Amino acid sequence: MEAVHITMPLDRKTIKELTVGTPVLISGTVYTARDAAHKRLIEALKNKEELPFPLKGQTIYYTGPSPARPGRAIGSAGPTTSGRMDIYTPRLLSAGVKAMIGKGGRSREVREAMQKYRAVYLIATGGAGALLAQSIKKATLVAYDDLGPEAIRMLTVDNFPAIVANDIYGNDIFEQGRAKYRKEKS
Amino acid sequence: MLIVAKLREIKAKDITETVAQLCQRANFELDEDVLAALKQAQQSELSPLGKEILHQLIENARVAEAKSLPLCQDCGSTVIFLEVGQDTHVVGGELEAAVSQGVSQGYTQGYLRKSMVSQPFSERKNTKDNTPPIVHTEIVPGDHIRIICLPKGAGSENMSRLAMLRPGDGREGIIDFVVRAVDEAGASPCPPLIIGLGIGATSEGAMLLAKKALLRPIGQPNPEPEIAALEKELLSRVNDLGIGPMGVGGITTALAVHAEARPTHIACLPVAINLQCSCSRHKEARL
Repeated sequence: MEAVHITMPLDRKTIKELTVGTPVLISGTVYTARDAAHKRLIEALKNKEELPFPLKGQTIYYTGPSPARPGRAIGSAGPTTSGRMDIYTPRLLSAGVKAMIGKGGRSREVREAMQKYRAVYLIATGGAGALLAQSIKKATLVAYDDLGPEAIRMLTVDNFPAIVANDIYGNDIFEQGRAKYRKEKS
Repeated sequence: MLIVAKLREIKAKDITETVAQLCQRANFELDEDVLAALKQAQQSELSPLGKEILHQLIENARVAEAKSLPLCQDCGSTVIFLEVGQDTHVVGGELEAAVSQGVSQGYTQGYLRKSMVSQPFSERKNTKDNTPPIVHTEIVPGDHIRIICLPKGAGSENMSRLAMLRPGDGREGIIDFVVRAVDEAGASPCPPLIIGLGIGATSEGAMLLAKKALLRPIGQPNPEPEIAALEKELLSRVNDLGIGPMGVGGITTALAVHAEARPTHIACLPVAINLQCSCSRHKEARL
């Protein structure tokens, strides 16, 4: 399957064209955030505080990289389990986040919110953090340095491989993929 | 007659250095058996996306070793199995402190991610050197210390399960429980998986057996034919779920099922599941 080249942040036209199961190669800018950073972002939204980066139109990559060796942009940086962020995600989508990169399935609430707010969810290969790091050219600390690997960083990526897992039309790769290859009765 | 036991002295500092090395090697070098299983799965997988994911995992192992980068950014909780020969004497320090010091050094020197937090439900403050390790010590005959380091990632660890089945549930009950657990875990534990099963003993005994079962070389069946047959049937049933690599659909949901069984109480049938992602890391040394 030929991968589609896309640039982050995504424009509306591209979001419409991304359908479930499409392999993509991502270039551009994404922001890292995982459990603890999500908790703080939600608190900031609730208290109407200034956010560490404007959420509108942006992409969040669920990753907690390993430390960079001297002279390198980043350590290993594969995706973490997205499901842990499900409790925070609908709020972030309502604030304008348009794409998420992670691994594993999302809750019904998140999938409904993706349709409602027209956002997509992409998956990268879990356990391929060394390989994926080769597509990350730059990492800049944005906020929450005290969280260590959970701090928010702005990443510049170049041909970062992922797959569309949930599109804006309500399709889900996990349901569809499993149905296609399942032999076990449920 | 006075019998003087001859104890072999092992220096605490050698234990520390060995543990530091093992932590790094385990995180940088994927074992040959795992790599071979991934390559075989890449051949047999029917799903094109699944095949591509397996290809990435194989490539990842090459990049990680060449660049001394962790295979996965989740460098795990550090699980250490110690086999301490009863004729050894640790000198120049305490055994557990020496191990802990080794973890601290290994994770710092190797630029490994430190993921341990202190008080687990409130403070959750990073301890900054991945200590404390989780240490399981066994006293064995001999005058050596065997150290096995198993960095365990949280994605798969979070999908662990324990069932205290009724003895009457038997073999079928075990199969139902395992198939259901893997089905419900879906894409979260990063399939393709190695499924560690501990059957029998007590609740905590079964869990430890399940984790130890992960140490066996991939696909090496249990020497007991009855247990080997159970492993084989479970592998086929789990792969029939269609979850596939990273959950995108496919015939490779697990690379292997490793089961261990031990005697249990007349009223018990504990079954523990410990899932391991394909980033199955463990390295060992003998002092």
